[in-house]
Amino acid sequence: MKNINILIVGVGGQGTLLTSRVLGSLASKLGYDAKVSEVHGMAQRGGSVVTHVRFGDRIFSPLIEEGRADILLSFEKMEALRWIHYLKEDGMLIVNDQAIDPMPVITGNAKYPDDILNRLINRISNVFIINAQEIAKEIGNIRVSNSVLMGVLAQHMNIKKEDWEEVLSSIVPPKTIKENLKAFKIGYNTKLGCEEGARLNDVLE
Amino acid sequence: MIELMLGNQAVARGAYEAGVAVATAYPGTPSTEITEYIAKYDEIYTEWSPNEKIALEVAIGASLAGGRAIVSMKHVGLNVAADPLFTVSYTGVNGGLVIVVADDPGMHSSQNEQDSRFYARSAHIPMLEPSDSQEAKDYIKCAFELSEKYDTPVIVRLTTRVAHSQSLVETAEPQPITLKEYVKNPNKYVMMPGMAKARHIVVEQRMKRLTKDSYDLDINKIEKGNSSIGIITSGVVYHYAKEVLPEASYLKLGMIHPLPKDLILEFASKVDKLYVLEELEPVIEEQIKSWGIQVSGKELFSVQGEYTANMIERAIKGSTVNMKQKEELPNRPPVLCPGCPHRAVFYNLKKLKLTAMGDIGCYTLGALPPLEGIDACVCMGASIGMAHGFEKAKGKDSSKKVVGVIGDSTFIHSGIGGLIDIVYNKGVSTILILDNSITAMTGHQDNPSTGRTIKGEITAALDLVALVKATGINNVRVIDPFNLKESEAALKEEIERDQPSVIIFKRPCALLDKSQSSPLKIDSEKCTSCGLCLKLGCPAIQKKEEGMVIDESLCNGCKLCTQVCRFNAMEGVDY
Ligand SMILES: Cc1ncc(C[n+]2csc(CCOP(=O)(O)OP(=O)(O)O)c2C)c(N)n1
Repeated sequence: MKNINILIVGVGGQGTLLTSRVLGSLASKLGYDAKVSEVHGMAQRGGSVVTHVRFGDRIFSPLIEEGRADILLSFEKMEALRWIHYLKEDGMLIVNDQAIDPMPVITGNAKYPDDILNRLINRISNVFIINAQEIAKEIGNIRVSNSVLMGVLAQHMNIKKEDWEEVLSSIVPPKTIKENLKAFKIGYNTKLGCEEGARLNDVLE
Repeated sequence: MIELMLGNQAVARGAYEAGVAVATAYPGTPSTEITEYIAKYDEIYTEWSPNEKIALEVAIGASLAGGRAIVSMKHVGLNVAADPLFTVSYTGVNGGLVIVVADDPGMHSSQNEQDSRFYARSAHIPMLEPSDSQEAKDYIKCAFELSEKYDTPVIVRLTTRVAHSQSLVETAEPQPITLKEYVKNPNKYVMMPGMAKARHIVVEQRMKRLTKDSYDLDINKIEKGNSSIGIITSGVVYHYAKEVLPEASYLKLGMIHPLPKDLILEFASKVDKLYVLEELEPVIEEQIKSWGIQVSGKELFSVQGEYTANMIERAIKGSTVNMKQKEELPNRPPVLCPGCPHRAVFYNLKKLKLTAMGDIGCYTLGALPPLEGIDACVCMGASIGMAHGFEKAKGKDSSKKVVGVIGDSTFIHSGIGGLIDIVYNKGVSTILILDNSITAMTGHQDNPSTGRTIKGEITAALDLVALVKATGINNVRVIDPFNLKESEAALKEEIERDQPSVIIFKRPCALLDKSQSSPLKIDSEKCTSCGLCLKLGCPAIQKKEEGMVIDESLCNGCKLCTQVCRFNAMEGVDY
């Protein structure tokens, strides 16, 4: 199998580490070599955070280089744009349609760009946009929005849905398994954005 | 069993498999999780020590008693522990002693980018450097064997990318925890000049023997490839290089001090062009050059920041990776969390236009706009001495404008000595201890004031008020920082005083406070968009086109904003 590079980005505190834990467990459960590189410490306090997930037959570097990510999964709109140059030409972007103002915007020293989605779409063709926290709110637990995003991601990877669900259930807090599975399912079944050429299955055979 | 493990977790596993009896640490990114994982093994006595010096001293005592001991810290922690470090090199060990130090190239969570390898060289202590989690585990075990075989402490150096990356680890059965016999031996363990002179000779012999033996050490590996390019490297950089130069020849060093000179000479003679790839300082490169060997290194790279695979490809292959354009965007610096008790203190400091000598912890974030409540930050504990020095240079009256700001964990780590200095030398500074009852920045570790050990056991809680009073400070009071008015009045009063004073601002970290209420909302009828609430720098309060809004996914209902708002515009207000 070709190595798969997934970059997960967002704002510290949004729960990106949960997603990388699920992906890491999945990859090792399926017998791949895997490396996951995380950000702990300062940036977790509301800063821009990034997690690198790589798996395949043999992985050397724990980091994905600029221009070499197959998938960019972004928990926040502007962070998607901040990290977009990590994506390959034909890579895929899954972006949560949420805006969190960074402090320079709150203090009025900078402006949150209002054309982010357009700029993203102009740069790459495979863009999937979903409002995960709306869905999470409907489910009744705003924290399960990352499972919605994982559901979307799962649509585009050649890994059985049951495997995702099993690993997800083993990692989220026991009390929230039902809500997380529901969120995952909604993400998995939501058809969005550009359909054509979107599947990465051929990369993941 | 094969498991995906964080590098730090693998270090802990290695300690467990090596039969470690005692593990100590003071937290610090990126080393913190090592000790948190070790604490999960019931068999291993584990502690958070008040600071790194004490952590190392406890480990030295355990080693002397005959048990294997491990102590972990971040790079700057080794500065604090440097005093015992240099001399335990002379005494050597009884049970194996391993010091894990995590460097932070790129400064993801640190105040400087120092290179710990210099410590290994100047203290004459062998140093190993793993490149992934499997090696992290294996090298810890190897380090204990070397420690006992050569009668020396051994340093295992990690960098952020090894400490905080997960990769696959094959676990093994632990060896039992055993104690060697302790035999009184003043010539070896009492380091006064007469004995130390003799031990220094032993140290030199030991390092010579290690240099010679390192030729056969299996963690120093030659991987034969194409002979046109030879790469000497260690740690995670090895993996970056393999990613882009799989065909080259490698000498991968597992032991980076002392260097295996003969092995390096042999390797150098077999390749056409030799490179050293090492982040931070040219430690390996300069040693190799001093042996008269031509090698390329830092002229192609920087001493700043991290290396990347792309960078190595560009420097060595000369190929330009097709770089895509970055977008120009507003920065997203880390911020004090919604509900953070520190915010309230900085709001008042700014209002009173005070100069603040700061310290290290979450509260250092109070230096950023809009709070801008800290003027300086150097190292843990420095705020108190710096406030005192500021006063001594500018005169007593200046202390009416200057305060020292320090967290609870940092105060215990190395702040208390500064306070003793102020009293002893007749200073009049006002010191603010921001007591959120936890070591927050590094991910919520207990400390002597929390009343719990690392294993979650109940223990005596250090009484900060009594401690402060015992230094001779008569004016100490405890205030809830969320009472903005009372805090402001207390600040004014204490800075005016012609005596030293301490205000303990006590309120639990918002991330641990279980008494949180539901998010607030802005009543757009009442809100005039005056922007006063924005001065709090709360990430949950944002100014949109339609006016002020509170992001309910961020707000934790701390209600601090209701004290600032003049129009009662936050709903759910009943303060
Ligand atoms: C010598 C040294 N050891 C460890 C650290 C890592 N470190 C940075 S902040 C911090 C904790 C600060 O805790 P506290 O003073 O209670 O402040 P809080 O983060 O809780 O606000 C630690 C351990 C460091 N910077 N320097």
